[in-house]
Amino acid sequence: MSLAINGGDMKALCRDCGRPAASATPRCAACGSPRLAAHPELGTLAVAHLDCDAFYAAIEKRDDPSLADKPVIVGGGKRGVVATACYIARIRGVRSAMPMFKALEACPDAVVIRPNMEKYAAVGREVRQMMLALTPLVEPLSIDEAFMDLAGTERLHGAPPAVSLARLAARIEKEIGITVSIGLSFNKFLAKIASDLEKPRGFSVIGRAEALTFLAEKPVGLIWGVGKAMQARLAADGIRLIGTLQRMDEATLARRYGSMGLRLARLSRADDRRPVEPRGETKSISAETTFDADIADLHQLLSVLRSLAEKVSRRLKKADMAGRTVTLKLKTADFRIRTRSRQLADPTRLADRIHAVGAEMLARETDGTKFRLLGIGVSDFAAPELADPLDLADPDAGRRARAEAAIDAIRGKFGNQAVELGLVFDRPARPKR
Amino acid sequence: MRATVERSHLLKSLGHVHRVVERRNTIPILSNVLMRGEGGQLMLKATDLDLEVTEAVPAEIGQGGATTVPAHILYDIVRKLPDGAEVSLDTGEGAQLTVKAGRSRFTLQILPESDFPDLTTGEFQTRFTVPANVIRKLIERTQFAISTEETRYYLNGIYLHIVTVAGKPMLRAVATDGHRLAQAQVEAPEGAEKMAGIILPRKAVGEIQKLVEDPDAPVTVEVSDTKIRFTIGAVVLTSKLIDGTFPDYARVIPQGNDKVLKVDRGEFAGAVDRVSTISSERGRAVKLALSDGRMVLSVNNPDSGSATEEIGVDYPADAIEIGFNAKYLLDVAAQLETGTAEFRFADPGSPTLIQDAETPNALYVLMPMRV
Repeated sequence: MSLAINGGDMKALCRDCGRPAASATPRCAACGSPRLAAHPELGTLAVAHLDCDAFYAAIEKRDDPSLADKPVIVGGGKRGVVATACYIARIRGVRSAMPMFKALEACPDAVVIRPNMEKYAAVGREVRQMMLALTPLVEPLSIDEAFMDLAGTERLHGAPPAVSLARLAARIEKEIGITVSIGLSFNKFLAKIASDLEKPRGFSVIGRAEALTFLAEKPVGLIWGVGKAMQARLAADGIRLIGTLQRMDEATLARRYGSMGLRLARLSRADDRRPVEPRGETKSISAETTFDADIADLHQLLSVLRSLAEKVSRRLKKADMAGRTVTLKLKTADFRIRTRSRQLADPTRLADRIHAVGAEMLARETDGTKFRLLGIGVSDFAAPELADPLDLADPDAGRRARAEAAIDAIRGKFGNQAVELGLVFDRPARPKR
Repeated sequence: MRATVERSHLLKSLGHVHRVVERRNTIPILSNVLMRGEGGQLMLKATDLDLEVTEAVPAEIGQGGATTVPAHILYDIVRKLPDGAEVSLDTGEGAQLTVKAGRSRFTLQILPESDFPDLTTGEFQTRFTVPANVIRKLIERTQFAISTEETRYYLNGIYLHIVTVAGKPMLRAVATDGHRLAQAQVEAPEGAEKMAGIILPRKAVGEIQKLVEDPDAPVTVEVSDTKIRFTIGAVVLTSKLIDGTFPDYARVIPQGNDKVLKVDRGEFAGAVDRVSTISSERGRAVKLALSDGRMVLSVNNPDSGSATEEIGVDYPADAIEIGFNAKYLLDVAAQLETGTAEFRFADPGSPTLIQDAETPNALYVLMPMRV
């Protein structure tokens, strides 16, 4: 497609056909669509944040068209929490992370679907592949959102970043069947804020000219890293709006709030120098699950632990990683979180070892307490060639490691359920998905 | 309680017992040392619930009785008092202990003696006496290989047990952390022949090593199912044993390794030390390349550089390249006594046996690293 207008002059573009325009008009001159994005700096901004709309729910609706006009909640069973609610359910007051019983109080006719993380992860990867086709600078934040830096891609794609992004959104809708919202700006902080402005199916732009005035009226909680505690602390000092921070000098903020103060000073002035980093380094690999009914019994917990350890091990092996620290996470029936860690002499990636260390920690915690969640993770990564050396103190470890390699090979061929340890069959009954 | 003790006696004994007391304690009484004055001596006792050390010092007892005070504070006070001072300890009527020496005067908060925990021992089934030197050697040769890994608590100590070698009962000490294994043995002393295998915890190992001063002094060892007691002169150390099963280590001691290397211990240790300078990070391997008559040691660290050193050795077997953790090689080299170290290799992926050519009673096993 040839472009009549070069990037710098582009002030508007059609989000359906991607055609740029020199000025904002009510409808696209080419396709007649009213969905135009207009901004004076549209042609010069290159940092974007892409966020899928109601990701899990959107995928379920895509796969079952009969759900299209029904409120859909994706989440764990009759207890557990809402993972994602579709926009119809959101209108009725359902929110992410809301306990399921509350969500069903607000929206009794909702269709509740058990999350199928494997399916969502696969779709997430498809979306990521499409992003990577535009730029190598894609920084995933989670399964369904990522930053992209499209600076310097204009000649490659024959279109300014904004046009490439509009086409990307259209392509995701057409080929994958879900919608996304895009925020475009000149840094990550503002791009992320922008993507949230017009959800769903949004395309929002925050330019350099209006960044400061835009931020000034927003609450400080919008700043990345300012949580409830920091908000309360700032409120106690009379700071509620970002505009107040803009008027305070950097030294004062740093003195009062330390390194956080510096961040407040910079971000409030729309100064975010964090680059879009393609592969945020993984700090830990973990897996956890919330039970349908609380469990106090060690044997049942061990069974679940084994499956989780295998999952973590699988991911470690796939990423060619190994870690020295194993962390066990438990949530009691009254929502208290317990974490226990063990440092190993050698980094590991074996399910056998992760499970054994986790089991040892778990045995100390099972004193009749009922748990609703169990998780295990590996962190403190080390060079993979140091992982799981032969062990003088455990002459059978080598044999078990070979058995695990054999199991991995079988699973690689016939699927993860092809071979299971007897232990895994002791898990509590779970309704089929 | 009212007692007067000579500062040097008190300092020496407090020096022995206060080390047992953990610096940070959630249970206040465990920060304290128990002092009991009776019959011309002052008995001191400290514990961490796993380990207990008691020692008696000659004292002038004005009034018998017992009390407990913070161990580290009392030790620091006595340490700072001038040499030759007479220290008087007096609980009077109140809830404090008054410590006086010369013109110095301190009052310390006390906790009642009745709260002080006692490591009840039950009956000892085994009892034997050996010269301090024997205990010291067994510990020295194996201590470095004790594991610190919490998960495998049964490796956090030295495994002491009786084995029969060539018809003779031997008292053997073994420690391993999975990467290396150290084994040392002596002829079983009289009374020890029937002892069941025990695991002596790391902390007790360290304390005993510090308590044996005179190499020829007799040390009496008493063992029950759950406890061990060492009596060294006026000092008595009682420790819980690790309740676990030590792995079947005999299976990992290589028997058929046929590639034999003889190398000068000092020359080897020096070379390992020099080339390992490059391996800043823990766990980097020193590669040993052996061929007829020579060994090339090398370390390659992509971050900092590389190092090589060649030494002449006695090695008639087929060429081999094998890697080891530098620190482990140095630890073993430090234990060898005579001038020549003997290595027996099988292949680069199997355990290597290291011995002292003339000391058959100690051996070391090292797991190679991939290089």
